[in-house]
Amino acid sequence: MVAGGDVSMKIDELPRRSSLLPGNPSCQGCPHAIGLKALSVLENPVLIIPAGCTTIIAGIHPKAAFNVPVLHVPFASAAAVASGLAASYRKEGVEASIVVWMGDGAADIGFATLSGAAVRNEDIIVVVSDNEAYMNTGIQSSSTTSWKARTTTSPGGKSEEKKDLAAIMLMHRIPYAATASVGYLPDFINKLKRASEIDGFRFIHLHSPCPPGWRFDSSKTVEIARLAVKTGAWILWEYSGRFRITSPSKPYKDGSKRVPLEEYIKTQGRFKGLSEEDVEEIKSKIEEQWKFLLAFEEIFR
Amino acid sequence: MRTLLTGNYAVAEAVKLSRARVIAAYPITPQTTIVEKLAEMVEKKEIDAEFIRVESEHSALAAVYGSAVAGLRSFTATSSHGLLYMYEMVWWVANARVPLVMAVVTRTIGPPWNIHTDHTDLLTMRDSGWIISMAENVQEAFDLTVQGFRISEEAGLPFTVGMDAFQLSHTAEVVDLPSQQDVDAWLPERRQPYRIEPEDPVTVGCIGPNEYTAKLRCNMAREMEKAKELVNRVDEEFGKSFGRRYGGLVEEYRLEDADYAVVMTGAWSGDAKDAIDMLRKEKLRVGMLRLRYFRPFPQKELRKLLEEKEVLVVDRDFSMGHMGILGIEVSSAIGDITNVIAGIGGVDVGVDDFKMMFRKFADKKLRKIEWWPEEMFL
Amino acid sequence: MKHSEYLIAKPSKGSAGQTGLWRSFRPVYHVERCIRCLLCCFYCPEDVIEVHYHRFILFHYEYCKGCGICASICPEDAIEMVEEEE
Repeated sequence: MVAGGDVSMKIDELPRRSSLLPGNPSCQGCPHAIGLKALSVLENPVLIIPAGCTTIIAGIHPKAAFNVPVLHVPFASAAAVASGLAASYRKEGVEASIVVWMGDGAADIGFATLSGAAVRNEDIIVVVSDNEAYMNTGIQSSSTTSWKARTTTSPGGKSEEKKDLAAIMLMHRIPYAATASVGYLPDFINKLKRASEIDGFRFIHLHSPCPPGWRFDSSKTVEIARLAVKTGAWILWEYSGRFRITSPSKPYKDGSKRVPLEEYIKTQGRFKGLSEEDVEEIKSKIEEQWKFLLAFEEIFR
Repeated sequence: MRTLLTGNYAVAEAVKLSRARVIAAYPITPQTTIVEKLAEMVEKKEIDAEFIRVESEHSALAAVYGSAVAGLRSFTATSSHGLLYMYEMVWWVANARVPLVMAVVTRTIGPPWNIHTDHTDLLTMRDSGWIISMAENVQEAFDLTVQGFRISEEAGLPFTVGMDAFQLSHTAEVVDLPSQQDVDAWLPERRQPYRIEPEDPVTVGCIGPNEYTAKLRCNMAREMEKAKELVNRVDEEFGKSFGRRYGGLVEEYRLEDADYAVVMTGAWSGDAKDAIDMLRKEKLRVGMLRLRYFRPFPQKELRKLLEEKEVLVVDRDFSMGHMGILGIEVSSAIGDITNVIAGIGGVDVGVDDFKMMFRKFADKKLRKIEWWPEEMFL
Repeated sequence: MKHSEYLIAKPSKGSAGQTGLWRSFRPVYHVERCIRCLLCCFYCPEDVIEVHYHRFILFHYEYCKGCGICASICPEDAIEMVEEEE
């Protein structure tokens, strides 16, 4: 058995080989590279990649880093290109799992595109691998950068809220939406599997701590991703007809079970110099998010 | 079958007869009725296609990029601000060498808001690697659309059919519609440089050595050059099957013995031809070279056909800080020209205007760059 | 070469070269401590840990970037990061 936090899997159920080949250009300890491993549970994947870190990770001509079909597309266009691809495959009876793999940057600039595809309930899976800033261009603030996190465009700490992208996507009345974390790969894999059994627009918001972007050691990616969940700062949930907080996050419904937030914050250079008041403010924001999601769980039973 | 159709409906019929399988578009006046008609055809199952109701023009071209790269004949249409909004995709589709057809119903660019024609929007596509055509009448808009699929798929380059707002898009003319059987016989199976298919693990468009970008551009340039012959050949072959030939890249009108040659493009060429006929009766030897294609650009034809003629280029567009865009292009091929800028923002320019304009040109009373009519700009 | 081939890349290991050269620290396997949980293999971003006979593991150092996630995630300290020599 492989323990992935509270989710366990039989080792034989796990994908042994990634669709991303070794020796690719990803940074040391790259969270996308961990997350992308999960895609190998999908049948006939076709990957659509807009501009972002994964543009680079995908390899340098003539050597592709993926051993699945990949189409590179402009920044804001991914969900629309995927819509066209899906239309063609449907017309021709081609079986494929069309996956848009994008970062929070592409989700920002391509938000209308994403929303349009969700409204049309296009038969695609969208994974936003969220490292909470525009990392590929050198760590600039995005709409999912955490409040007070330092980036190169918010050197004193971001002054705006982190947008809850997954909840916004859920409100499109899509058949499947979830959050996931590279720290809990079995949970992410289970979600991908479940998503792959559903037709229509499926959305997964994947939390992806970035060593150079958040300023922590490359060995800590999984550990910090887990701390985000254990402190309650990142909450794992799934909606597929009903809404539920999923296993790795379940214990932390009870605030007293959570690891102190400071344990998460102190690991990262981006939060260096936060005042005690700031930390308290973040805690209250986290509390608010829990209330919101627990209310959802009540509503969508 | 002869039938009365607006330019927009004629293009929709052409898309149907060409058996496009995926259509994506976002409405913008004056293009809207093309895609409304196609949406209706899809819903009534008159055409075996998917219609994707995208949320923007950027997504319209992105979606047909996806469907075309997956291997199906695809179509979109836009105008003006819509074209500018999808501009990034315009370049991407061309550089990716994906065959597809787009209609651009030409409309001026704001502000002020104005839905009427000029050619500035279409000509922004100039350097992008699209084959760019422009119709004079509804029949030609239909014919270019059908030919567009063939040319695009053979050249491995996207194809655009330009036609003027309202003058063609919303004006009904009698059109000869070929049968489905005849179009099927004329239009070959779709082909394209590559496809994206599951289980064929290729990566398209990843970063690579700079030389690869340079080689791709050079190959595009060469393919575009070859497309000159292709356009002329397709025009001839189309003529053999359907009885209509236009002359390929350019159309000549009373040009051979002309002392004065007018170079222009689009729907108003019809009015200018009427003016030429009238001036001919007055013994003024004027002729026309109508640009049917803006890219690839017919330098060779221009040099040959305009030799030893006084040349007037009439532009419905302007390159700020320089001159009319056709003016720039034509002078790059043949040198000295006179350039009239007229009809900007849909300002009406009729037969009388052209008559007066050509007469003034022959009398050497036009400036090198003249905004027409002079009194409007005093 | 067909023109479109400049656009098309084919799957290949080492698309960024021999990424093992990026390494400052090398994972060293202490087989005697290994409980064969395979967490290291599972979370290795580079996919360079091979499951071997009896679920013991094998590092492919040619591409291992030395990020250290395997060592950090190992519940039994069976992987140690050792500084590479010049």
